Amino acid sequence: MAIVYQKSKGLTDAELHYCPGCNHGIVHKLIAEVLEEMGLLDEAIGVCPVGCSVFAYKYFNCDMQEAAHGRAPAVATGIKRTHPTQPVFTYQGDGDLASIGAAEIVHAAMRGEKFTTIFINNAIYGMTGGQMAPTTLIGQKATTCQMGRTKEQAGMPMRVSELLSTLDGCVYAERVCVTDIPHLNKAKKAIRKAFEKQMAGEGFTFVEVLSTCPTNWGMSPLKAKQWLMDNMVPYYPLGVIKETSAEVK
Amino acid sequence: MEKELWKGNEAIAEAAIRAGCDCFFGYPITPQSEVPEYLSLHMPQHGKVFVQAESELAAINMVYGAAGSGMRAMTSSSSPGISLKQEGITYIAAAELPCVIVNCMRGGPGLGTIQPGQGDYFQATRGGGNGDYRTVVLAPSNIQEAVDFVQEAFDIADCYRNPTMVVCDGLIGQMMEPIEWREIPKRDLPPKDWATTGKHGRDHTNIINSLYMDPEECDDHNADLEAKYKLMAEKEVRWDTKDCEDAELVITAYGTPARIALSALEALRAEGIKAGLFRPITLWPYPEKALHDLAGQDHVKAILDVEMSAGGQMIDDVRLAVEGQKPISYLGHAGGVMPTIEEIVESAKKALKEAK
Amino acid sequence: MSHEPGKKEELSNMTAKVTFNSDRCKGCELCVSVCPKHIVAIDSTVINRKGYHPAAVTDISQCIACASCAKICPDSIITVEKF
Repeated sequence: MAIVYQKSKGLTDAELHYCPGCNHGIVHKLIAEVLEEMGLLDEAIGVCPVGCSVFAYKYFNCDMQEAAHGRAPAVATGIKRTHPTQPVFTYQGDGDLASIGAAEIVHAAMRGEKFTTIFINNAIYGMTGGQMAPTTLIGQKATTCQMGRTKEQAGMPMRVSELLSTLDGCVYAERVCVTDIPHLNKAKKAIRKAFEKQMAGEGFTFVEVLSTCPTNWGMSPLKAKQWLMDNMVPYYPLGVIKETSAEVK
Repeated sequence: MEKELWKGNEAIAEAAIRAGCDCFFGYPITPQSEVPEYLSLHMPQHGKVFVQAESELAAINMVYGAAGSGMRAMTSSSSPGISLKQEGITYIAAAELPCVIVNCMRGGPGLGTIQPGQGDYFQATRGGGNGDYRTVVLAPSNIQEAVDFVQEAFDIADCYRNPTMVVCDGLIGQMMEPIEWREIPKRDLPPKDWATTGKHGRDHTNIINSLYMDPEECDDHNADLEAKYKLMAEKEVRWDTKDCEDAELVITAYGTPARIALSALEALRAEGIKAGLFRPITLWPYPEKALHDLAGQDHVKAILDVEMSAGGQMIDDVRLAVEGQKPISYLGHAGGVMPTIEEIVESAKKALKEAK
Repeated sequence: MSHEPGKKEELSNMTAKVTFNSDRCKGCELCVSVCPKHIVAIDSTVINRKGYHPAAVTDISQCIACASCAKICPDSIITVEKF
C-alpha cells in the first residue's frame, strides 16, 4: 500500500474549530505541507492574527506567536531580523491585515522584510460576527453595512496585492483561491514559491487567498464557493500580481 | 574608574549595548530621539539589530516578536509614544516576555510639549494597558543612575519574564554629565527554553500567547501573574533618603525634582529647618512600607510632595503610604516648568507652618 | 453504505483505499463537489458526535485514488492509499 495522501505532519492533532467548509483549514494545510516538503518545520516560526484564526497556534506544528490585532508584520519583523536564516510567516485575515494592521503590512513590505505573509481575504469580518471589512464588495451586505456597502459611505474595496506590489521591497505577490483542485494546486505552488523566495533572501513575499466565509455570507459552503468565483474573482483578479526575479534584482 | 562626559540619551543607548541588548526597535520623538539615533549607528557595528519602526506601536510589537523568540529587546520613546505602546506592554506582560522600555518623559496631556515632565507616573505604575499586570518601574534622577538602571533592567526583565520600564524626565535625556561605566552585578538567570526559536528537534512546539478563553484557565494564569508580582514587589523595591533621621519636613520626589530638592534641603537646613528627602527609586513597587514607617516617626510633622505634574500623580501613592498619619502638601508644575529651589523652600516652610 | 457513528470508515477496492475520520467530519460537502467520479456523498442516515452528517465514499470500486477529496478537506480527515 502506498499512501497517496494523508494529513501533513505540519499540522498538529488538534481539532480545527472553524466552521464547516471554511477555507482556513485548507490554507493551513497547504502551508503545513509546503513547510514539511521543504524540510522547514523544525526551523519555522509563525505569527497568527486576531480573527477566526486566532487559535492557529494550536494547529501548526512549529513554534508560533500570537500577535495583537494587525501587528503580526511587526512581530514577524522582530523575529526574522533576529533569526534571519529561519523561515518566518504571518497568517492574517482582512480585518487584521487591511484595516487595523494596514500600516504594519505596508511598512514590512516597504522594508522588504524577509518573511512571508499569507493573507486570507474573505470580504468580511468572521470572528466578530460578520461586519464589513476593507475588502467587502460594493453591494455586499454585512452587519455594519446592512443595506450593502456603498462607495459613498465606505469607499471602494481595497486590493491589497496590488497596493503592496507598488513597493520595491515586495518581491512577490500572487492572488489565489482554493475553490477546486486546480485552483488549490496553484495556491500551493504560490505558497511554496513565496517560501522559496524568502529562503533565498529576496524580500517580502505575499500570497492573497480569496476565501469563503459560509457562515457570515449566509450560505452553504458549496454556494459560497460559487459566490466567490462569481463575485470576488472579477474584482480581485487571480494570478501573479508581481514577481521580481533574483536576476533582475 | 575614569569619568566620561555623556549626553543622557546617548548614555542610555550605550548602556543598552553594554547590557547585551540584541535588538532595538524605536521611533523618533522629542526628547528621546538620540536614543534610536545612537543605536542606529552602533547596533549594526556590534552585529546587533536596529529597526526604525513605522510607529511606536509597531516598535513595541517588534519587541514582542523578538523577546518571544528569546532575544534581549528594547524600545524607547517619550510620553505620547508610550501611550501608543500600551497595547504592546500589556501583551508582553501577559505573555510573560522580558524587555526594556525607556520613557524619556515630556509634558502632557496629549501632544503636550517637548519639555520635561512627570505626567506619566499613573501610566507607568497603574498599567496604562488593559488587564491586571505590573511592570517594575525604575526612576533615575541623574545620568549615572540612568545608565546603571538600564543595564540592570535587562536582568530584572529576564529574571521575572516581565517588561521593565526606566522612566527619566526629558531633562536627564538631554543634559550632559560625567559618568562611570560600572560593573553591574549579574543575576543568575534561567534559560529561555520557552522561546520560539524554531523546534530544532524539540518534542513540543513553543507558543507565545496571551489569550485564555477558558475562565478557570484565565483565572489561574492571572493568579500566577499575581504571585509573580508579589515576589517582585518584595525583592525589587528601592528607595533613597537624605537627612530623614531627624527631619520635621519630608520632601517626597523622584527624578529631576528630587535633585532640585537636594539643593532645597541645603537651603532649608541653613535656615535651621530640619528637612529631609524621601526619594523612591522604584515607582513600582512603591516603597510604601518605608514611607509609612518614616511618616509615623514623631519628629516628622509634614510632608511635601514635589513633581513635574499639574496636580501630582505620585502624590496618590504618598497618600496611600502615609495613611493619614501626617498632613501632605503639594508643589508642582507642568509644561516643563521646573520647581525652583526657592519655591520648594517656601512651600516647605508653609507646609510646616500649617502643620503646627 | 452504513457505518457506526464514531468509527473510522475504511473502504477499498483492488487499487484504492479511502479512510474517513468520520468523527471530525463537518459535512461541508467540499469533498463531494471535487470528486471527479462523483462517488463521495453525505450520509444523511448517520449523525456523528459533532452533530453533522459525515461524508463517505458511496462506491469504492470506482475510486481512482486521485485524492481530490482528501486535498480539499479543510479538516484533513481523509487518507487515501493505493495498492
